[in-house]
Amino acid sequence: MTAHPQTSGYNFAYLDEQTKRMIRRAILKAIAIPGYQVPFASREMPMPYGWGTGGVQVTAAILGPRDVLKVIDQGADDTTNAVSIRKFFERVAGVETTTRTADATIIQTRHRIPEAPLREGQVLVYQVPIPEPLRFLEPRETETRKMHALEEYGLMHVKLYEDIARNGHIATTYAYPVKIEGRYVMDPSPTPKFDNPKMHMSEALQLFGAGREKRIYALPPYTDVVSLDFEDHPFEVQRFDRPCALCGAEQVYLDEVVLDDRGGRMFVCSDTDHCESRQAQGLRGELSGEAAQ
Amino acid sequence: MYVSVKGGEAAIDNAHRLLADRRRGDRSVPALTLDQITEQLALGVDRVMSEGSLYDRRLAALAIKQARGDLIEAIFLVRAYRTTLPRFGFAEPVDTGAMLVERRISACYKDLPGGQLLGPTFDYTHRLLDEELEVDARIEPGRMREGASEPVTRIVDILGGEGLIEEEPGTNGEEPGDINQTPLEFPLSRAMRLQSLARGDEGFLLALGYSTQRGYARSHPFAGEIRIGEVEIEVYLPELGFAVPVGRVQLTECQMVNQFKGSAKLPPQFTRGYGLVFGQSERKAMAMALCDRALRAEELGEDIVAPAQDQEFVISHCDNVQATGFVEHLKLPHYVDFQAELGLVRTMRAEFERANGVFQQAQAESAIEKKEAAE
Repeated sequence: MTAHPQTSGYNFAYLDEQTKRMIRRAILKAIAIPGYQVPFASREMPMPYGWGTGGVQVTAAILGPRDVLKVIDQGADDTTNAVSIRKFFERVAGVETTTRTADATIIQTRHRIPEAPLREGQVLVYQVPIPEPLRFLEPRETETRKMHALEEYGLMHVKLYEDIARNGHIATTYAYPVKIEGRYVMDPSPTPKFDNPKMHMSEALQLFGAGREKRIYALPPYTDVVSLDFEDHPFEVQRFDRPCALCGAEQVYLDEVVLDDRGGRMFVCSDTDHCESRQAQGLRGELSGEAAQ
Repeated sequence: MYVSVKGGEAAIDNAHRLLADRRRGDRSVPALTLDQITEQLALGVDRVMSEGSLYDRRLAALAIKQARGDLIEAIFLVRAYRTTLPRFGFAEPVDTGAMLVERRISACYKDLPGGQLLGPTFDYTHRLLDEELEVDARIEPGRMREGASEPVTRIVDILGGEGLIEEEPGTNGEEPGDINQTPLEFPLSRAMRLQSLARGDEGFLLALGYSTQRGYARSHPFAGEIRIGEVEIEVYLPELGFAVPVGRVQLTECQMVNQFKGSAKLPPQFTRGYGLVFGQSERKAMAMALCDRALRAEELGEDIVAPAQDQEFVISHCDNVQATGFVEHLKLPHYVDFQAELGLVRTMRAEFERANGVFQQAQAESAIEKKEAAE
């Protein structure tokens, strides 16, 4: 963990306190109605829309001086945008940052949920591009809000059914819709459906921020999260037919790394912290010697 | 191999350093000053102020310099800055009738009170590249009108005097909405739509306005009036009990006058499309006015048949800071989602090949059967 001096000239965590209050109110409402998208007056941030402004605003609103922040993108701490967002909070909030999942109090993420189970007291903040799970079935906000209000989710089931009729299975691999506490259908953000089961009954608070679309939604700890499916076509997650080439982990999500132009591939943990801690424990995969050079 | 993915931090620092180098370019060429930008690239500055929603020529010029002339990037810089500024309140509606006009034209009347005033326009220039501008040739100062100017009546007031154009509802002293302070929830009031259009992307609104002229929600527009000039901004101070001027801004206003045959509720009359932007930006003001009129379709009982009339479509997509962010976010890594899709496509191809193999086998078998039957 590393502490950082805060850059002067900006309020703690960049946003002014009034804006933070407005965002916290939206967060509280979102927690009170799990899975419901709460509109909020999203601000322009000094990074582009679509690059995590929603997650950044949520993090800025809940961050305290004693928090320890971890930022991941694609499961990794060292992808460029994760580095950029982590640096932003180091500069404007001066908080401690970490790459270790277990040490973090707030984890901002894009596209993944860490492999290690989160615990009580941790907050997972998701960056969300399109918060509306019905958007690609019905482009109009006025319509989709009505559909949520009336719990009218038939269209979504028809879409999943058509997938099965056409392909024999549901052809949605990420941003796979979930139903929250038997009420709202929610977009889990574009995480692979592999991560959906981790949201269910999670001990951690999960907050979702969509800056450009100006919506916040939330899953309080121990919330019932069910991936939509049919009795005869139950929900299934992706499976990889080999372990991580670096740490030998199984039942984790893997990135495919292209090694050469002759079809050479290796599969490694997408969660870099998980992979590194396993390697630190002496666990090895088949290519770990070669990759460590 | 895998190790090469790491090192994002050093890569970002080096990229920023190279960017600063390229921004400055050849060091033997003098650096641009902000004064040069505000004075000589004034229309670019105006666009950045307008779509950046901040009236400050110097900051807009700085943003243009910092963005290497990329105006949308400059607009983004200005927006990100303005969001950190405190909000004091809101101004009184500006009186564009009292504008100190530098340009004012109407396509509806040959002559009208205040006259037609061309001002500094490209309109009747021949678009021939001027080689004299390659050097700093001496430029004659502009000629100014002498003596007091007569009042420049707004054309909508002329038409309104005869009752031929719809009345504009007043504000009734209530606080107008603010797209910076409230989340967008459709349907939007006209005031909120106009705020969004005023900072909307010039190119996007231009294309939509153009589409209405080509028949996608035709609104039979006349450029009732375009005026450019300075107006005073006044803010009401409750402690004093009256409004006080806080400064002047240059504005471009466009009043589009549109034919309207009337409906069950309304008599035949002219209707209005309105455009108002910071600085001198006639194209944007006109496009905004066309879009505003098209978006009033529902209120006026017209059929909604074209994209320009659809407020969710227009307003959700007109902000270029949002649009460029989301389009360009495709550059960010999508490894894990792509991995999920790779897995799916591989599975589906395997299924396809299996099914195709079965099909071809069945075809071959039935061909043999037919042959045998024929024999």
